[in-house]
Amino acid sequence: MAHTETHSHDYLNHQKGLWSWLTTIDHKRIGIMYLIVILFFFLIGGIFALLIRMELFSAGPTLGIDPGTYNRLMTFHGAIMVFMVIVPGIPSIFGNFLIPIMLGAKDVAFPRLNLFSWYVFMLGAIIAFASLLFGGADTGWTFYTPYSIRQPNGVIFLVLGAFTMGMASILTGLNFIVTVHKLRAPGQTMSRIPLFVWSTYATAIIQVLATPVLGITLLLLVAEKTLGVGIFDPTIGGDPVLFQHFFWFYSHPAVYIMVLPAMGIISELIATYSRKTVFGYTAIAYSSLAIGAVSFIVWGHHMFVSGQSEFAGIMFSVITMLVGVPTAIKLFNWIATMYMGSIKLDAPMLFAIGFMFLFTIGGLTGVWLATLGMDVHFHDTYFVVAHFHYVMVGGTLMAFTGGLFYWFPKMFGRVCNDGTARISWVLIFTGFNVTFFPQFILGAMGMPRRYFDYLPQYESLNQISTVGSWLIGAGFLVALFAVIHGLLRGEKASNNPWGGTTLEWLATSPPHHENFEKTPIVSVGPYEYR
Amino acid sequence: MNTASKESHFHHAHHFESAAHQYSSAKQGVWLFMVTEILMFGGLFVAYLIYKSLYAPVFHVGSSYLDVKMGTINTFILITSSFTMALGIYFNQKNERSKAIIFLAITILCALGFMLVKFFEYSHKIHLGLVPGKYFNNPEFVQKVVDFATNMQATSSAHQDIDIAALKKIAPLYFGFYFVMTGLHGFHVIIGACLILWVTIKTAKGHFGPEYYTPVEGVGLFWHIVDLIWIYLFPLLYLVG
Repeated sequence: MAHTETHSHDYLNHQKGLWSWLTTIDHKRIGIMYLIVILFFFLIGGIFALLIRMELFSAGPTLGIDPGTYNRLMTFHGAIMVFMVIVPGIPSIFGNFLIPIMLGAKDVAFPRLNLFSWYVFMLGAIIAFASLLFGGADTGWTFYTPYSIRQPNGVIFLVLGAFTMGMASILTGLNFIVTVHKLRAPGQTMSRIPLFVWSTYATAIIQVLATPVLGITLLLLVAEKTLGVGIFDPTIGGDPVLFQHFFWFYSHPAVYIMVLPAMGIISELIATYSRKTVFGYTAIAYSSLAIGAVSFIVWGHHMFVSGQSEFAGIMFSVITMLVGVPTAIKLFNWIATMYMGSIKLDAPMLFAIGFMFLFTIGGLTGVWLATLGMDVHFHDTYFVVAHFHYVMVGGTLMAFTGGLFYWFPKMFGRVCNDGTARISWVLIFTGFNVTFFPQFILGAMGMPRRYFDYLPQYESLNQISTVGSWLIGAGFLVALFAVIHGLLRGEKASNNPWGGTTLEWLATSPPHHENFEKTPIVSVGPYEYR
Repeated sequence: MNTASKESHFHHAHHFESAAHQYSSAKQGVWLFMVTEILMFGGLFVAYLIYKSLYAPVFHVGSSYLDVKMGTINTFILITSSFTMALGIYFNQKNERSKAIIFLAITILCALGFMLVKFFEYSHKIHLGLVPGKYFNNPEFVQKVVDFATNMQATSSAHQDIDIAALKKIAPLYFGFYFVMTGLHGFHVIIGACLILWVTIKTAKGHFGPEYYTPVEGVGLFWHIVDLIWIYLFPLLYLVG
């Protein structure tokens, strides 16, 4: 391993051997363990995505797989990416690694619980994958009833896997909330914590408040399948729309679990690479909380055509548009931060700018979809697929990759080659637009989502989209190469290679196993460590 | 609030400033966990309320099939156990270890007693075929629901037709709710009993005292929530009729 060459005493060489990793209660090591497994799940989910796009390359069967297999691929792509990659991704990896350091703490509040969460997460992932041995699941990641009730038992495993990973998510969120409240270093007031901490804190609140509702929903679904209790099954008095209400009561806030931490990363990247203090710190901080709060009362916009009352639809439509306000506050503050800054276009900054472009498109098309009348046309078409990929991939995964290159030196004490990282950005950014922009058009033309096949008139745009998916795949491979090369051959990093102005850059690279040799006493604002 | 004295034998974890700091953090964590418990059961309560208002006859007749006496005994047992749990914490704080052990042990016995009563109730219901949907087998219950609904319609001024065939299929729903709600609660009782056993053993080993009793208090909080949820389940399931 590369880190054995360093002679300083840091968290990577504090203890040695695989066992020391599997039993570690150091938040930094747990963050790295999440990084490894989540990158692995991302690879699997990504391969499934490429297979889906391959199948859709031409009208009619393309790969020689049957429609049932396609449905399972589509389901597992969604379930893996949501429950194993994007929901846990940024909080579990960067949140774990960075929050205590940014607060000036030695660890998270409950280090053993933190390790336990990792094992719960892994257990959930194993249960979910076990589904494949029992016929898999072809319900989509949303498990809508009554279809899911009538499907083979593979659905039960995927559902229980999601339930278990939800528990891990709750425990992680709980840990972060207490850490932020209780473990700030002397002088580190709430108005002096970096914006990344604010956004993961808002995320943690959503994790703790929304995930239990998903838990009971999934348990009831399992009870419905095994006992036939009749809560969601319409033939025995149940209401499938109630399932949708329960499901989206979690899964809409979960969308902000996925994107809020990404926004936190962007705040940090923009500040560092514009060489400026973040503009509108308070506004950005509180807009995270506002997004978290509004996220709980908009779930009905997933159900405009489900048969919920028209009045409910109108209310949900109006409230949904409110989400645009705090989101725009963030975006304008980032732009104001860049204004008159001396911008340096290193790879992480490119990813941050990419985020701003793509997330804006994803967000604005979200407002279209929130418009009741338009949604009736767009519902369940590729327009929706394009919209949420712009938010989840163009938003969260861009931020994730940018954040990885940005904090890589802090994590491993080495720098990734910036040129390689920029190439990966070009490929991902271009490929992403080539893949998903045509899907807006396809959706507007009426191509339904989730289908194995399509009418011939959609073929050319689908082919463009599939070629784009290869570019994205190549881009992430280049990024992976940059990371591995950085690990093995990367230049030694100084403590602050980018001129970052937040507390974590005062720690050594990689940090001491207790983060700081001496607990820092904070006397300046969040972006004033120059 | 507890504050650790300087000469305390208890060492707080390295990332806390003091034992008091660790104590307040742990307590906040436990309270947050309680929030998640309430939200999880909250989903069940919402579903209950919806179906109760949709299918009133099912719930009316259903609750008359539950044994109010057994339910009352269990309510009494759980409330008592909350009291003894609180005493278990109190005597740990006062460093009276043997009293603490006695009251914690009584709490465990209450939990077992509760589960015993539940066992009798469950086996009686299973014997009668009053179980969730797939396995439901009690035509008499279905007939009673239909009769009740017909009566209700005859006496009410609003004339709407009831779909007898659909109602017959819906009738088992009550026992779906009964078993899911009390089952999930019973699972929490068992977990709670195990946790109390754990803190009892630690008390016996002398791990706790006036300076450090966080786990006892955390488990106590959990136990009170389990109790509190039952306080809501009891009237909703047993007394609505």
